[in-house]
Amino acid sequence: MSRIAACFEAGRSQGRKLLIPYVTAGDPQPDVTVSLMHAMVMAGADIIELGVPFSDPMAEGPVIQKAMERALVHQVTLDDVFNMVKTFRQTDSETPVVLMGYLNPIEVKGYSEFASQAAEAGVDGVLIVDMPPEEAEPLVVALEQKSLDMIFLVAPTTDEARIRLISTSGSGFIYYVSLKGVTGAGHLDTDGVKQHVEAINELTPLPVGVGFGIKDAATAARVAHVADAVVVGSALVRLVEANAGSSEAINQAVAGLLADMRQAIDAL
Amino acid sequence: MTEPYQMPDDRGHFGPYGGLFVAETLMGPLRELREAYEHYFSDEAFLAELDAELQHYVGRPSPLYHARRWSETLGGAKIYLKREDLNHTGAHKVNNTVGQALLAKRMGKTRIIAETGAGQHGVASATVAARLGMDCVVYMGAEDIQRQAMNVFRMKLLGATVVPVTSGSRTLKDALNEAMRDWVTNIDNTFYIIGTVAGPHPYPAMVRDFQAIIGREAREQILLHEGRLPDALIACVGGGSNAIGLFHPFIDDAGVKIYGVEAAGYGLDTGKHAAPLCAGKPGVLHGNRTYLMEDAHGQIIHTHSISAGLDYPGVGPEHAWLKDIGRAEYVAINDDEALQGFHDLTRIEGILPALESSHAIAWATKLAPGMDKDQIIIVNLSGRGDKDIHTVAEHEGIVL
Repeated sequence: MSRIAACFEAGRSQGRKLLIPYVTAGDPQPDVTVSLMHAMVMAGADIIELGVPFSDPMAEGPVIQKAMERALVHQVTLDDVFNMVKTFRQTDSETPVVLMGYLNPIEVKGYSEFASQAAEAGVDGVLIVDMPPEEAEPLVVALEQKSLDMIFLVAPTTDEARIRLISTSGSGFIYYVSLKGVTGAGHLDTDGVKQHVEAINELTPLPVGVGFGIKDAATAARVAHVADAVVVGSALVRLVEANAGSSEAINQAVAGLLADMRQAIDAL
Repeated sequence: MTEPYQMPDDRGHFGPYGGLFVAETLMGPLRELREAYEHYFSDEAFLAELDAELQHYVGRPSPLYHARRWSETLGGAKIYLKREDLNHTGAHKVNNTVGQALLAKRMGKTRIIAETGAGQHGVASATVAARLGMDCVVYMGAEDIQRQAMNVFRMKLLGATVVPVTSGSRTLKDALNEAMRDWVTNIDNTFYIIGTVAGPHPYPAMVRDFQAIIGREAREQILLHEGRLPDALIACVGGGSNAIGLFHPFIDDAGVKIYGVEAAGYGLDTGKHAAPLCAGKPGVLHGNRTYLMEDAHGQIIHTHSISAGLDYPGVGPEHAWLKDIGRAEYVAINDDEALQGFHDLTRIEGILPALESSHAIAWATKLAPGMDKDQIIIVNLSGRGDKDIHTVAEHEGIVL
């Protein structure tokens, strides 16, 4: 069983909802990321989603766009991201790490090379925003050979047939995008999310994490009530930006919000 | 070629290129678009409405003009210009925006969005939005807004909202990213009119089919004038919509050579250019796999061309395929050569070409002299150059 699957199974058996924070690797500079990953685990993160910077992040709102631009000022590459995960793994062999990004840097590296290096670094899963299952088979095969999970998105516009396709193509968990829009957008309709997640649960054995638009502890708790996991990104990245001058200040601010979310989720 | 050319496949692939590389939220809307496009392209009422718009609103067919004096000056092949510059709004872009806007209406969408580089596609989108009474938002790189102030004002006069894009390199590619972000947020009422033969399936095929009127007319016209097919076709390639529009109806005619002309900017060896087919590598951007300008790590790099309309790091996937199978040859013309082409055509024929089209003109000046006088070249004059006179003046140190 993959580290991600084990993590969800432990959560289900203990009645614990998972908290999955996202930060962009190398934002605002490369040397803060590993320490931030540890700080997030201490604050209650169950899985870490690490963004791989890309020059043209088509599905991101302004907050994560700017984070990627900050990281790219330092020319953070896929190899740098692997090194961060490797360093993180020296003292944390438990917490699953998912890379989230766009396809082109992986295309350039080559799928099997990417899978080998990711596995060797200690990565557990990959979520590629611009790669739907229709185009993903060669990459899924390469990842499977290294026992890495390929996580796919499901959106409010995804119909039942596609949910089934995504369920059989993907592994680890399903990432439900809670609204039509980009990351960090608008307000979230919790009732709508509940209905969608229930419908997804009917069609797949995979656990479901919900992301997009989760900004505070109260929303996180409401979403956790209906899903297996809560993904929070832009709200944390905004804190990274606001505290960009100091690694300690970043850790403190991000851990502070995560701890609040953890507490609210566990109080359910 | 024995089998007739039939691309893309039903998943939108041109060999290894093209496809559907977008976020999940867009998969449903893109399927809906594909179904509408397939349905209406065989719907007689739709096609009749499109034809009427192209004839009476756009002013088609556009002339195929024998550039006699220019041909004689070059001393080789006989050169014909396909006069897309004479279309309403001054470029080929309107062929596509009229088509997509009619499709948008049939699909019940009330708002259209577009990205633009030089501003021609933005103007053409704003124009049809005004014509059909639809809301229109145009995304344009902040850099391009400065270079193309006149087109920005034209769009505003037409009632469009022009949104400056300040992310990334602040040019066409970033405008496309931003338009995609708008679309994913407003998919219920919004139709995204992509201006070139790039983007996710079905855009490359659909935009080609709307632009192929250029090549269909040119084929008929040259048969009428000369009683035979041309020896060569030349068109500039940014995303490549005017080029594929001219080329497509000739692909099965093996005797017709096809040249796509990319922007070499300051020169291919300087790295500051916009010529992915000549000097780039395959990758994935903006929903499709194609040749890209990218660094060793897969980041998209900044491009340069004197013409904003060619200043794009990707290219339509069908061009990538035509390059790989050797059906078309892709070459590059630098800024200075394009400017020379601009001046040549203006002085010798009294026709001001767009700087984009000037790249095709410049390639003709290289190709024609080596050909016989009874050979024929068709150059796609994709747009008029009025929008570029400030750029040309500035480049030559002239204050207007």
